[in-house]
Amino acid sequence: MDENKVIICRCEDVTLKEIRDAIREGFTTVEEIKRVTRSGMGPCQGKTCGLLIAKEISQMTGKPMEEIELQSIRPPYGGITFEEVTKGTVMENDK
Amino acid sequence: MKNKANVVIIGGGVVGCSIAYNLAKKGVKDVVLLEKSYLSSGATGRCGAGVRQQWGTKQNCLLASESMHIFEHFEDILQIKRDIELKQKGYLLLAYSDKELEQFKKNIVVQHSLNIPSILLTPKEAKEIVSDLNIEKLVGAAYCAKDGHANPFQVTLGYAEAAQRLGVEINKFTEVKDIITKNNTALGVQTNKGFIECKKVVVAAGGWTQNIVKMAGLDLPIYSERHEILVTESVKNVLDPMLMSFSYNIYCQQEPNGSFIMGYGPENEPPSYNMESSWEFLETMSKKATWLLPPLKNIRVIRQWAGLYNISPDRQPIVSQINQLEGLYVACGFSGHGFMLAPAVGILMADIVTGDQLTYNVILDLERFNRGEIIEEPSVV
Ligand SMILES: Cc1cc2nc3c(=O)[nH]c(=O)nc-3n(C[C@H](O)[C@H](O)[C@H](O)COP(=O)(O)OP(=O)(O)OC[C@H]3O[C@@H](n4cnc5c(N)ncnc54)[C@H](O)[C@@H]3O)c2cc1C
Repeated sequence: MDENKVIICRCEDVTLKEIRDAIREGFTTVEEIKRVTRSGMGPCQGKTCGLLIAKEISQMTGKPMEEIELQSIRPPYGGITFEEVTKGTVMENDK
Repeated sequence: MKNKANVVIIGGGVVGCSIAYNLAKKGVKDVVLLEKSYLSSGATGRCGAGVRQQWGTKQNCLLASESMHIFEHFEDILQIKRDIELKQKGYLLLAYSDKELEQFKKNIVVQHSLNIPSILLTPKEAKEIVSDLNIEKLVGAAYCAKDGHANPFQVTLGYAEAAQRLGVEINKFTEVKDIITKNNTALGVQTNKGFIECKKVVVAAGGWTQNIVKMAGLDLPIYSERHEILVTESVKNVLDPMLMSFSYNIYCQQEPNGSFIMGYGPENEPPSYNMESSWEFLETMSKKATWLLPPLKNIRVIRQWAGLYNISPDRQPIVSQINQLEGLYVACGFSGHGFMLAPAVGILMADIVTGDQLTYNVILDLERFNRGEIIEEPSVV
């Protein structure tokens, strides 16, 4: 398996190699890896890559999966346009 | 973890890491930095990361432009390989009244005295820089093409890496629980992983600084306040500068990866350590953003979060030794501009801790409040 060709985070195009390099550098939490690689910063907020990264951390550090915290999922969970948010509310047209 | 140090720094945000690097660079041995979570987990990793030199006081202009110089040559100065993604596509400050514009004119005079290349623009000229900008009600603008943005995680990690290379010990996931003192002198810090005896303690704990100083029995005139922020999906590049307005109360910029990042100063927000997101923020932000840049209405918000501003009586930093306790120092009260000043603040604090003459001619000591010397900075968000 070529680590360079395996995409772990589809939103931000982060490869398995980049994730493993980050863990080797000493970033052993999902939150840290998110910040150094951008994995989990895209529209799906790490719903797919979070677990895969946790599994890599577990395998490389020997820490059990149950002890690895996943990234914080932030609102607005689904991804909503500004227009959808403002629709129906009165627009104050003063600046 | 060492159990004896010369200097212990509490806080692994951009300020603590910059101080650690600058102390080590001055040749101070046995510096230990303690961070309760991971590096940049506090305000630093939650900030807008805008870097601007357009200030109204001479000392802020000086600290910001010296910091910008360091951001511009980051890899060379620190001798590391880390791309901090510095983007210098300007800050466009929007004026919605003649009074605001007059203030910008005065600020520009101060900025020019330090060679900051800022200029005044008409609304039409502002629109030439940002074609999507709604210029209704706009009176004029100030612009500095050399202002911009840098990646806060990479800057912090860069300082940490360079500090470690110079011998600093960095302990992540290590929380300070107490500061031990005797006869008004700091003797060491108690952490969740053991005691470290030390001569000097530098508190750079962002929004938690007042709590830590309290461990040594002292009160600081600072408090923390929630500030919310959001990021959108990434789209093609359409906005070069950071857009900012003091009176309309907004900042908004497009990051190098294409997502917009934006926030505003909350009104009537009580002092707290609350870092929850609110629906009200999302709604108000959506209205503000689409009024300012109408085409944004179709873009998706993907994430919102919050962080703490640490605020001092004049909303300007306190970079100081604490007279009541020998060996205690603080760097706090940065409001919304601690990221952009961190490079210069690290140099200043290293001067203070080593007792050297200050590299920059500025007054940021705590005693200024007792002397009644409030810093009157007109351009603060
Ligand atoms: C929404 C928002 C937007 C902002 N936008 C900008 C901007 O555009 N430009 C700009 O220049 N600034 C901006 N700021 C301000 C900037 O983020 C801060 O001024 C700056 O990050 C402060 O850095 P710091 O290192 O002092 O604090 P922090 O980054 O908060 O670091 C303090 C660290 O101390 C640690 N700590 C706390 N207690 C303990 C303990 N007991 N033991 C060990 N460690 C502890 C924390 O975990 C934290 O990591 C913004 C802030 C916010 C919240």
